[in-house]
Parts: sequence; C-alpha cells; structure tokens
Amino acid sequence: MKTLDQLKPGQKATIQNIKTSSLTIKLLEMGLLPGKEVVYNFCAPFGDPISVRISGYNLSLRIDEASLVEII
Amino acid sequence: MNNPTDILRPSPSLKTNLTVALVGNPNSGKSTIFNLLTGLNQKVGNYPGVTVDKKSGKTRLADKSSAEVIDLPGTYSLYPRSADEKVVLDVLMHPDREQRPDVAVVIADMNNLERNLLLFTQIRDLAIPSVLVLNMADIARKKGVNVDLNLLSRRLGNVPVVSMNARNGEGLDDLKKVLSSPLELPEECFMDVHSLAHEAIAEVKQMYKLENTYEAYQWLQSADRLRFINDNQKEQLLNMRSAFNFDANKLQIEETTERYRQIQQILQDAISSPKDEKQSLSDRLDSVLTHKVFGYLIFFGILFLIFQAIFAWASVPMDIIDYLFAEISGWIQDSLPEGVLTSLLSEGIVPGIGGIVIFVPQIAILFAFIALLEESGYMSRVVFLMDKVMRKVGLNGRSVVPLISGLACAIPAIMATRSIDSWKDRLITIMVTPLMSCSARLPVYTVLIALVVPEQFVWGFISLQGIVLMGMYLLGFVAALGSAWAMKLIVKTKERSFLIMEMPAYRWPRWKNVGITVFEKSKTFVLEAGKVILAVSIVLWVLASYGPGDDIALAEQQLREQAENSDDPTFAENLDIAISASKLENSYAGKFGKMIEPAIAPLGYDWKIGIALISSFAAREVFVGTMATLYSVGEDFDDESTIIGRMRSERNPDTGQQVFRPAVAFSLLVFYAFAMQCMSTIAVVYRETKGWKWPVIQTIYMTALAYVSALIVYQLFS
Repeated sequence: MKTLDQLKPGQKATIQNIKTSSLTIKLLEMGLLPGKEVVYNFCAPFGDPISVRISGYNLSLRIDEASLVEII
Repeated sequence: MNNPTDILRPSPSLKTNLTVALVGNPNSGKSTIFNLLTGLNQKVGNYPGVTVDKKSGKTRLADKSSAEVIDLPGTYSLYPRSADEKVVLDVLMHPDREQRPDVAVVIADMNNLERNLLLFTQIRDLAIPSVLVLNMADIARKKGVNVDLNLLSRRLGNVPVVSMNARNGEGLDDLKKVLSSPLELPEECFMDVHSLAHEAIAEVKQMYKLENTYEAYQWLQSADRLRFINDNQKEQLLNMRSAFNFDANKLQIEETTERYRQIQQILQDAISSPKDEKQSLSDRLDSVLTHKVFGYLIFFGILFLIFQAIFAWASVPMDIIDYLFAEISGWIQDSLPEGVLTSLLSEGIVPGIGGIVIFVPQIAILFAFIALLEESGYMSRVVFLMDKVMRKVGLNGRSVVPLISGLACAIPAIMATRSIDSWKDRLITIMVTPLMSCSARLPVYTVLIALVVPEQFVWGFISLQGIVLMGMYLLGFVAALGSAWAMKLIVKTKERSFLIMEMPAYRWPRWKNVGITVFEKSKTFVLEAGKVILAVSIVLWVLASYGPGDDIALAEQQLREQAENSDDPTFAENLDIAISASKLENSYAGKFGKMIEPAIAPLGYDWKIGIALISSFAAREVFVGTMATLYSVGEDFDDESTIIGRMRSERNPDTGQQVFRPAVAFSLLVFYAFAMQCMSTIAVVYRETKGWKWPVIQTIYMTALAYVSALIVYQLFS
C-alpha cells in the first residue's frame, strides 16, 4: 500500500488507514483521519521533514512518520 | 489569596474568586486572549513542583467582579506526550476540587474546528463548566466559513459558544458576560466511555470515590503520568489495567475515533465552508521562506539583523544610562560625608546596579526579536528547516526554539525544552543550551569587544564590533552542536523521537503582545539578576576594602614612608593611586585572586581578573559589576570615567603592560562563552532532570571546555 511520504509536491490523496504504532494516536489527534483528503505541499531542503495540508491547515511531519499513513 | 483587606470587603456573591483556565490547541490565539484579558496585570510563576511557566493574571468581568485567569500550555488532547502537556491534565484533574479551575475557557480556531473540538469534548466530559471560544472569526469570514453558533452550542450540550477575533478585541465583552453568569454543566457527557471499559471504570470510581466517569477513565489512562497519584495508587491502577484487560493505547484510539465521528456529524450541520482552496499568501511565502537556498539565507539574514540591531539601536540609551550612573556615583562621593557608607554606595552598590541596568536596552531588543519570530509564525518554519540538520547532531527541530531562547536566557530556554516529546532529545538540548550565548554574557562581550575591537564600520554600515559579537554567538552555537553530537553517542535510549507539528499561517505580529513579552521578561531579568548582582557587589566591596590583620595599613604606611624619602616628584603625585592599588592587593579579594593566579596565569589573567572569575561563577554578568567595583575602589571620581575607560587604562604595575591586551580579552571572551557560570541554570537543570547527575556532568564538561579553549586562544594570540 502507498504511504503519505511517497506523494509528490502538489499531489492529493485520501487517507486509508494509520498503521499501528506508538504514534497512531498522535497522528489521529492532529487530524489525519481515515477518509480525509491530504495534499502534499513540499519537503524541507534536505528532503525531510515534509509539509502536508489536511483539513485546511499545514502539518509538518518526518518521512518516518508519514510512512505510517496509508493512502489511496 | 490571604490578603487581609479582602476579608474585610463584603463579597457581593460567592464568585469573587472565580478562577478561569484558558486551554486550547497551540496557535489558537490563547496568549492573545490572555493578554487581552489581563494586560500588564499578569505574573509569571511556576506550577507547584514543576518548572513549567504558570502565567496568571486578574481580569474584570462584566458584573465588575474580578477573576483570576490562568494560561495553560497549548495541547491537542488530554493525552499528554510532553512535560508541558502533562501540566494541563494535572491542573484540570486536581483531586482537590477547590484547586481546580471553576471554568475552562477552551479556545478553538474557527477555521479548524474539527481538530480543535477534540480537546473541547474531552475537557467538557471532565465535568468542568466550559465555555467554547471560536477565535479568528475574521479569517473565517474572509474565507467564507460560516458557523451556526446556536446549533453548535445546542449540539455540544448547551455549552456557551462565543465568537471572537482576539486581534481587535471583538467578542471580548461577550466572553466576559458569559463568565459573569452562572455556568451549568451539561446533563450528559459528550461521549460515553463507559462502554469502553465498563467494569474497570466502576471499580476505580468506587475505590477513589470519583463521581465523574470520564475522570475515572482518565485515572486509568494516565495512571503513570498524573503527578497527584502516589506510587501506591499508581501500582493499584496499573494492576487494575491488567486485571480488566484495559489496553490504554487501543482505547485511546477508539475514544479519539469515536469523538471525531460525533464532531464530524455536528460540524456537517453547523458549519458551511467553500470547497475550493486557493493558494494562500501564507503558502506563497512558504515557498520562499522554506526554500532550499533562500530559506537558509533569509534565516541567517534575520539573525544577522538581530545582532546588528542590538549594537546599533542600543548604544544611545546605553551611553545615557552609563553616564547617569557615573554621575550618581560622583555625586554621592562629592556630597555625602566621607565614610564607610558613602564608599559602599558609590563604589559598591551604584556601579553594581549600573552594570545591570545598562544592558536592559540590548536585552529588550533581543526579547523583542524572539517574540516577533514566535508571533509571526516564522519560528515553526525554523523548526521545519532545521530538523534534519539538528537530528544529525542528536537534537531535533524543536530544539531550535530552546536554543534560540537560550540567546536571551538559559533558564526559560531549559524550561522550553518541555515541549520536546522525546526524553533523549530533550536531555541533550538541556545539556547544550547553556552554551548558547545568553544575555548575561552580552555585558561581558560588549565590554571586552569594546576594549579591543575598534569602532569601525565595514562598507559604511556594518559595525565591526557587531560582526565580532555575532562571531561570539556563532561560536556558542557551534559549541552547542558539537557537544550535542558527542552526547548523542553517549546517551542511549529506546524511545522513539518524532516531529509532528502544526505550521500556523503567517500572521502580522501584534505589537501589544510583543510589548508585554518584552516588558515582562526585561523586568524579570533586572529583578532576578539584579538581586544576585547587588548581593555580590556588596560582598565584593567588603572583600576588596578589608583585609586580613593589618596588612592594608602596613602597606600604606610603607608607601608613605617611601614617598617621603623619595626625591622623585612623580612618586608623590601618584601616591594615592599606589595606595589604593596596594589596598586592593592586600584585601581579602586580592588574596583570593592571588591564590588562584597560578591556575589562570597560563590564560593570561592576573589576580584581579581572577576575582572576577570567582565571583562570576554565580552569574556571568557579575563580571562587569566586579570590574566596576574593583576599579572603583579608592578611585577618584573627578573625571566620571566609565567602566570601559577605566579598564582600558588599567596596567600591570610590575610590567607596565596593558592588562586587557587583545590576547587576554579574546581568551576571556572564549572563557565566558563556554563556562557554566550560572547558579540559576544549574538549579533549573537539577529540577528538570530530577537529580544531581546531569547538572554536575554539565558543569564539569563546560568548565573544562572553557579552560582549554581559553588557553588555546591566549597562546595563539600572544
């Protein structure tokens, strides 16, 4: 399954599931909910972390964390 | 509040001592609302037992009664990850109901209600009377977001909902009106957690006499995080968890998902917003400010501007303050009768206070810039830009905020590490933050740089002294990164480090917020540092004015006899100076300085600098005060010369060589950049790491680093 970190700048996707880890709850709390549309904004100069748009606000997270978010 | 006058005043209603807690997500405008409510009427303290800032203040409500407002750290939910967030839970769930806030004002960003309401529904279920404030109504209006306040209020259980634009004060009166009227608790809880862990909750309720279901559930969830739960209870609760198969993590996810489901349902009816999202100005700004090349260039440009500003803008008020204090000293010397008290005032206390007050302009400018970076939303871009780089040395993007705050003062900076979620990242940040050049070093830097770096301008506008000063700050930063990297290899951990962070839209800073921050922080600096410095100045003056036995008197007598027998007229002319020099040399301070002279001679320091080194182990800025005191003792104040002037003319009586040669000044600069000379920092590290291990390691490694580096610098330059 594709994950959030594999998107390219400007691409959109829908969140499918958050993989189980100690960060699942944190990602949910920040609004990364299954069914939500997410847009990949851009990444930081060295490729990590990345910035995404979700529910009208910008969220930044590391590649490691983005790879926990499954998308279609 | 045991103010006796309060008891005498008849109280119109029971609600005179209403406590209101402000809670909300980070970036929801909480601080602006806090400032709006309390103005300059606020105080900063610590929560009992922890070093997280407790900001509180008084406000007047619509019915003329007053209320105490507490500003709690920003958090996204009641499940705390960082030390900051734990405080929110501690305060809201305090077992003594009297200690709990009477009302929780939950501040939510109207443009991001779904996420913001999660926290609201949790607090509401703790059975604390709550008010929901929808902030940033202006932005929502501009975007075309429409919220049906009545419907939202009804669906949340008849909770008062107030729409606000804190930036211009819109809605403030409505909020005050709501707070003046009695608030009732909703009849039902928003989410029934009973179904999640029926039996366990019933057991906890009965065992600890808790009435509220969600509170009992939170005792189970946060058994190992709540500070008011003792070890015994903690063990009981953890046992119960396993007995009832209470899987905390899984239940948190279930609870959160269910809350979101209900919130989404409500918002579907209560909110209407346009679908299309144009690229906002904020996004376009980000494409420049987080750009591979420009992003860093702009960041370093801003830092450069800050340091230039500190020197360029502060010099006039500093000259005025300097002149005023020299005048006051001279005036005391001239007009008060000669005696011990007069010289204590003119040589000890006044120059000591002057040595601190003079740096207020520079410190205020630094705090103003830091507040601006925070206010505008730029600070989170700095975190974003620096995360990868910082990770390489064992820190994380969030460490940038403490490191930059460390430029002002290590104490709030170390307290700011409480927002870092991983313990290892946080510990390393704590260990290296004191290497950042704090404002207490600024006086030392300024004086030493002014002594040896000419007041020249490159290309007509870049101050050479400003460049050297920036170099000192960079040196501290590089040392911090280097030490972090070394510690990364030593400290081991299993915990996962992460960075999941909101990047708020850029906003024009509110000058009132910046003003309040600058005022509050400068005040704290003057009062806190002032106390130490005043005490040290007085002690130093005593030590420098008195000596063991009659050494001082003997030396003076000897000099006088020499002068009488000498044919050299200049000797007699300079007799007073020679006497005061020998007085200092034979005083307690002089003996101390001489005692450590062998250890510091390789660095190029004499015993007078030695005195300054010892006294400034309490706090660095004492260096300047010490210099002012040492060179004032017995000095003639006729020419009203300033500290720098006096230091520049200081010569070694044996060799006739200038004491503050470039090699010595640079060596001192490096020593002060690295050495752990701050009692308060050591105390804060002790509290934050809960033991002596880390502050001791920190003091040793920093002092060793300082000594070795200063030695190398002196040997290279001389």
